[in-house]
Amino acid sequence: MDDLQSEPVVREVAEPEAAVSVRPSPSRRAFLKTSVAVGGALLLGFRIPFAASAAERAQGLFAPNAFIRIDPQGAITLLMPQAEMGQGVYTSIPMILAEELDAKWEQVSIEASPPNDKLYGNPIFQIQVTGNSNSIRAFWTTLRKAGAGARAILIEAAARRWNVEPSSCTAADSEVVHAASGRKLGYGALIGDASSLTPPADPPLKAVADFKIIGKPVKRLDTPDKVNGKALYGIDAMPPGLKFATLAACPVFGGRVGRVDDSKAKQIAGVRQVLLFDDFVAVVGDHMWAAKLGLAALDINWDEGEYAQLSSADIWRQLRTASEKTGVVAKTVGDAAKTLAGGTRIDAAYEMPFLAHATMEPMNCTVHVQQDSCEVWVGTQVQTRAQSVAAKITGLPLEKVKVHFFLLGGGFGRRLEVDYIEKAVKVAQKVDAPVKLVWSREEDVRQDIFRPVYRDVLSATLADGRISGWTHRVTGSAVIARWLPPAFQKGIDIDAIDSAADMPYEIPNLLVDYQRDEPPAVPTGFWRGVGPNNNVFAVESFIDELAKKAGKDPLEFRRGMLGKEPRLLAAMELAASKAGWGSTLPERHGRGIGVQVAFGSFIATVAEVEVGKNGDVRVHRIVCAVDTGIVVNPDTVIAQLQGGLIFGLTAALYGEITIEKGRVQQSNFHDYRMLRIDEVPKIEVHLIQSGEAPGGIGETGTTAAPPAVGNAIFAATGIRLRRLPIDRDVLAGRKTV
Amino acid sequence: MFSLTINGESHSVDAPAEMPLLWVLRDLIGLTGTKFGCGIAQCGACTVHLDGTPVRSCQLPVGSIGARPITTVEGVGASAVGAKVQKAWLELEVVQCGYCQSGQVMSAVALLQTHPKPDDADIDAAMAGNICRCGTYLRIRDAIKHAAEA
Repeated sequence: MDDLQSEPVVREVAEPEAAVSVRPSPSRRAFLKTSVAVGGALLLGFRIPFAASAAERAQGLFAPNAFIRIDPQGAITLLMPQAEMGQGVYTSIPMILAEELDAKWEQVSIEASPPNDKLYGNPIFQIQVTGNSNSIRAFWTTLRKAGAGARAILIEAAARRWNVEPSSCTAADSEVVHAASGRKLGYGALIGDASSLTPPADPPLKAVADFKIIGKPVKRLDTPDKVNGKALYGIDAMPPGLKFATLAACPVFGGRVGRVDDSKAKQIAGVRQVLLFDDFVAVVGDHMWAAKLGLAALDINWDEGEYAQLSSADIWRQLRTASEKTGVVAKTVGDAAKTLAGGTRIDAAYEMPFLAHATMEPMNCTVHVQQDSCEVWVGTQVQTRAQSVAAKITGLPLEKVKVHFFLLGGGFGRRLEVDYIEKAVKVAQKVDAPVKLVWSREEDVRQDIFRPVYRDVLSATLADGRISGWTHRVTGSAVIARWLPPAFQKGIDIDAIDSAADMPYEIPNLLVDYQRDEPPAVPTGFWRGVGPNNNVFAVESFIDELAKKAGKDPLEFRRGMLGKEPRLLAAMELAASKAGWGSTLPERHGRGIGVQVAFGSFIATVAEVEVGKNGDVRVHRIVCAVDTGIVVNPDTVIAQLQGGLIFGLTAALYGEITIEKGRVQQSNFHDYRMLRIDEVPKIEVHLIQSGEAPGGIGETGTTAAPPAVGNAIFAATGIRLRRLPIDRDVLAGRKTV
Repeated sequence: MFSLTINGESHSVDAPAEMPLLWVLRDLIGLTGTKFGCGIAQCGACTVHLDGTPVRSCQLPVGSIGARPITTVEGVGASAVGAKVQKAWLELEVVQCGYCQSGQVMSAVALLQTHPKPDDADIDAAMAGNICRCGTYLRIRDAIKHAAEA
């Protein structure tokens, strides 16, 4: 993982001008390696944004940087650059700041930051975005330095007041202490003096052994209000005078609104307006019920356009054809072509379906457009894009667009898009009041921006029980090219090849290439687990197939080729031992393993499944061993693994969006199934202690579950499923692969 | 006009009789703790108690309620079982995004009111109608048992 030789896919981006550069710390190289390893191409630049606005100074607040505010009573407010969507950042980010600030945890409160890329941009992406499991990885050093810099000037302020050396003072629990004289001053009493001091550019950071908050299972700050109905999500915004709206977009991809008869809709009590746009129709009412009834009463004639006959079969045909063509080389080692030509080649192809995100909170956004201002209430993973899309549509300058950020009822990549904000602003432009546009679940599923279909073609040769040659062609959509065009370089989507180009096994001759193929009409986007979901499934399934060909136990086979990945090897040994690898299971039960280095974390997963004669698969147990470096909040890491594995199981067992006549065939939870409580296996997560820089965690479980389950199904039945979701007809013998 | 008793308080609402209670609570009364998830009684996010029984408010016409009292997640903590469930949810740190948890809490409270010591099968039966996309199911199961012990 430490090779930086996959040079073509790595691009450094200059630090924003207004940001303050900080000299690289000794850990910079480790950070670099981690970031590159996970394909987070847009690097880097540590910086601590300084933003004490005039307004904040006037309020008498101590604002040593963009993240920390302390008032004269000592109350500490921390500004959150990242969105809380369940992953726990509204607790783990404050933990990092409070640790280095030596803040008393009970005095800390949090607030969403305003939208500002320069102050709050994700240090990996350079824009304000919560994604790629990198909140902690990206902000780790920035936040520590922000906390430590503020602590340093609070100590200096106290030392000056006491006329002692700063080095003779310490800080703890929001107080500076001069032990020699027994004097103490709370942070609140020091902010006046400290405000005139400049924080050091490179303040000393605590040793890991001195952490008091980081590494402890701290209770989440956001959860108490989530069990009593007080927590507010975007859908709960209720500005005075609010109107409610719902919409129907053309059910056929790429289609337009044709003739609409709204006479019946307008007779419904509570319906206020019927609004027609190029590709969708919205009904505005006094409440959602009126809006829904009004929408249902519309007689809409859609202009279905050129994709009215498109089907999944067409899309698979196109993808399979594209996958036969040579792609752009993403990584090459030795001479794979020659090795494959000279040995007994083993071939396999794996496929992944379209998926919808199905966040529990359907897409929604509330907007009030007035002549010279626009106010937006929304949950988003991209705060600055939310503001700029509203500015663009209204033609207002950015500062006239005020955005209120809410909790997200799930993100999973869906709220990295701003299509739902764009539509809400367009509706609000025609409504003389604030208006909340809420997607029905059916619209939410059908008008998603879908996880792309992928096809992975792999070939290998074996020699002496090891892999001697390996080729892997990834074919699929380049989401990066649309979502972050500057990161799409030389035909390579760094996300699409993530965990393929940098797969962990030592193979002397290897070639990974990428063939971009965009499905006709269907919009594609990021989905929890992104590129690694596809690649880890293909790689780990194929490794399992090769182990069988080599006549080796899957664990033993992997062990022989992971010499350069000691952290992964350790995770694999731990998972195998905790899972009782090798012990006998009942008939039709099987155990499968999968390993991954993804999002900067080293994870091994063992699944135990039972396959019924009717083809039904029951997952009984999952054991997961995780080395994610320094753990900020251990209980959150465990929760993310548990939840991520279940998210991945849902995809493996049920997830597929299909298309007929240009339309998505699924619509709601009855035909787009989610795993439910009675189907969930026992899950054990074992954390490995580490002093390495933190890895990412939010998406790792999602990536981990499907290959382990697929390999377990093979162990139970001898049937290799190379496509997700699993095909019960194949497992029951009703159909051949 | 309908007169509704919600969390012990009386509310008068001007709504069509067929309007689901979900939208009455959220859009007319402003009790936004009850969530919209699917609109077809598939996900349980909108669960409230009607006379102590868990119901999907997205399918319950306001005109059918009559004098029966309604409890929502905002008021469920007033009962001993409700408070116990909320506490267990926090002690075991069940919640992630939290959007489904109003419904999960309401279903769990209803279960414990009729089955004070539920076994796994009771939990499956009572909770399988509530989807959690974050996958907090393991902790939901543990928290129900934890609340039952409390």
